[in-house]
Amino acid sequence: MAIDTLPQPSIPITRPFRPSLGFLTATPIIAAATICLLLIVAMAIFAPWLAPHDPLLLAPAQRLKPSSAQFLLGTDAYGRDLLSRIIFGARISLLIGVGATVFSISIGLVIGLFSGFFRWLDAVLMRIMDGVMAIPAILLAIAVVSLSGASVATVLVAITIPEIPRVARLVRSVVLSAREEPYVEGAISVGSSLFKIMWRHLLPNTIAPLIVQGTNFCASAILTEAILSFLGAGISPETPTWGNIMAEGRAYFQIKPSLIFWPGLLLSVAILSVNLIGDAARDALDPRMKQREGGKP
Amino acid sequence: MTESVLDLSNLVVSLGRAADSQRIIDGISLHLGERETLCLVGESGSGKSVTALTVMGLLPKGALVPTGGSVRLAGEQLLSASARRLRELRATRMAMIFQEPMTALNPVVPVGRQIDEVLRAHTRLDARARRKRILDMMEQVRLPQIERIFASYPHQLSGGQRQRIMIAMALVLEPKLLIADEPTTALDVTTQKQILTLIRDLQRDHDTAVLFITHDMGVVAEIADRVAVMREGRLVETGSLDTILRIPTMEYTRNLLSSVPSLVPRSPRPESTEPVVLEANELGKIYRERSFLGRTREVVAADDVTLSLRKGRTLGIVGESGSGKSTVARCIVRLIDPTSGGVRLAGREISELSRRLLQPHRKRIQIVFQDPYRSLNPRVNIGETIAEGPINYGMKRADAIEKARELLELVDLPVDSIKRYPHQFSGGQRQRIAIARALALDPDVLVADEAVSALDVSVQAQVLELLDEIQKRLGIALLFITHDLRVAAQICDDVAVMQHGRIVEQGPAAEVLTRPQQAYTRALLDAAPGRGWDFANFRPVAATTAAV
Repeated sequence: MAIDTLPQPSIPITRPFRPSLGFLTATPIIAAATICLLLIVAMAIFAPWLAPHDPLLLAPAQRLKPSSAQFLLGTDAYGRDLLSRIIFGARISLLIGVGATVFSISIGLVIGLFSGFFRWLDAVLMRIMDGVMAIPAILLAIAVVSLSGASVATVLVAITIPEIPRVARLVRSVVLSAREEPYVEGAISVGSSLFKIMWRHLLPNTIAPLIVQGTNFCASAILTEAILSFLGAGISPETPTWGNIMAEGRAYFQIKPSLIFWPGLLLSVAILSVNLIGDAARDALDPRMKQREGGKP
Repeated sequence: MTESVLDLSNLVVSLGRAADSQRIIDGISLHLGERETLCLVGESGSGKSVTALTVMGLLPKGALVPTGGSVRLAGEQLLSASARRLRELRATRMAMIFQEPMTALNPVVPVGRQIDEVLRAHTRLDARARRKRILDMMEQVRLPQIERIFASYPHQLSGGQRQRIMIAMALVLEPKLLIADEPTTALDVTTQKQILTLIRDLQRDHDTAVLFITHDMGVVAEIADRVAVMREGRLVETGSLDTILRIPTMEYTRNLLSSVPSLVPRSPRPESTEPVVLEANELGKIYRERSFLGRTREVVAADDVTLSLRKGRTLGIVGESGSGKSTVARCIVRLIDPTSGGVRLAGREISELSRRLLQPHRKRIQIVFQDPYRSLNPRVNIGETIAEGPINYGMKRADAIEKARELLELVDLPVDSIKRYPHQFSGGQRQRIAIARALALDPDVLVADEAVSALDVSVQAQVLELLDEIQKRLGIALLFITHDLRVAAQICDDVAVMQHGRIVEQGPAAEVLTRPQQAYTRALLDAAPGRGWDFANFRPVAATTAAV
């Protein structure tokens, strides 16, 4: 009889579907993007030690100075050190990018899980999500900020809200297909609580698509913050962010173009890096791109 | 000796072109003559389908490469033929039909036009002649209302009709060779029987040679002239049907045949006086589909189903697909809610209990599903999977894991595999794990919903043996859902035959499966492939039981 042989004990215990970080160095371009992003993150974290001057210190006598040994990138219209402002600006940009991603994913995940799992909630929640989705993101952000005043918190809220429906829809679609799997029915029949079924059997299915969605949104959140600041609807002008450095620099563009060039360059590099890493994550995690061990085609 | 149609000699197919790459087909030689049917049998992974695809020149490019031997179709070398020549040969000289006709047909083109495409590509007939030929062919494959079906889309036809269309398409140019890759596996037994008869009749009328691939010994007994047994890419033995079934020389063939469950029910166990653990009373399930304008369409999936099951006994529910047997199983386990009737579990009515109130009773009835690849969470190791139930009912984690160990031993899996993940096990082993998970809650009733249908016969035999042993040891009651009468005959004490959501006949297996009272049961038994053979004993079924 064809004995149903077991893999020998020497076969290592391998965990399926464990997203590995190996993709971060898959190609030279992605490796470069990873390095750039790490440098920007380090810059944001160590800003107080890296910045040569106080980014808020006004020095009218030093306004619009060109690059010099004292001010590496020169000064802005109020005599503040441009380099220091850019270094501190990275903090707000990354904070908004990461914060908006974390909040939108946490809230969207819960909504998506519930509407995917409970049929009676589904119609109500998803219609609300449709409604939110119909509002243009920038417009909503401007409205929220102008209603409740400019601060990091309001900008965060303003950027997070429009993203929630997208996350919720994504999670819902994953949950809808996963809940039909026999292993979920198996869990129901061994008496697992709804919470346990969601946490243990449904939630893990959403991780890979959320990583992909998250990185892409992180980049667009950084950009949205910059746009809001540029439009004057963002964080108050004295706080340095890449967006409002550029907004202020706009008036002096012809005298001193570097006021726009440097923050613009960093913004582009940051967004490009996050986007490239997001694309790499999608390629590494999407089963259609790469068939993983233990998964069916 | 008839003229040779297909000759494989020493064929080797490898994974990739490199000299040391793994051989999927390792030195196969076959010979197929005119008007002959050669059955290629073997378990999954034995290389049957790869052999067929090699002949057709349809191997996935670059992944599988013929690296040795030769394939000759009516004398013509196929392995060295150009892609263009192969395309020509594929319709005119050889044709293939597949297991799942729904995926083999284009869903957005009427079936008549799909057959027409073959004629347009390979003949110079005008539209009227082509249409006449297609309708004629459709008549030959015994399709009803051919004019209507000619203009129908695949989804408007039944599975059997779709397979007939595939056969019509394959034979419309009268090829010399027809390759049929598990053409009846996805069909119900009664349809399967019709298709097998059809293939045999058409073969006689058109002098076609048929290479028939199957895993089902019953089908082999129905259709084969000669049989070739394959295992792990090698040919185990070939011979005439009678020789292979009566006096197989190789150990593997003998084992394969012995694993085929007999249609003759096992000797009945003495009547049981144990308490009834499970009762279904007039159980009904109606699916309502409400359309946009408020019209309601009702589908009766189960109607007036009454069953009872005593401790330590096995009740089989048999029927074709769509008969409602799985619906009944799901209602009983309360994975879905019945619309009428009741389910009593150890004397307690559970069909109306809310989720919360049902919780303490849920552990008394457990279920094992059909697909071993989807019934275990791939991200949870098997120890955790088995321990999940006991932990839900308040057992301490360490105790539950210890219990999981014991259960692994019970289902004959090594205890040290407890930390492995499902993908590291074969289908049969996963089914054992699923059984262990179900047993972890010490249920009174175990529902097996087609639990052995996806397994190869030898593995199936082992799992059936395991279930039998567990029942003896634990005194558990089994509700066994299957479409396979052979399996039912070997494991069930009682059998309920379902059709269109209703039970048409119910009684002791020995009665129902040997002296059926209802026409439908008789038809089912009659259609069971290979019913004339007692495979395990290498002889035809004795006249007394076969005559029923």
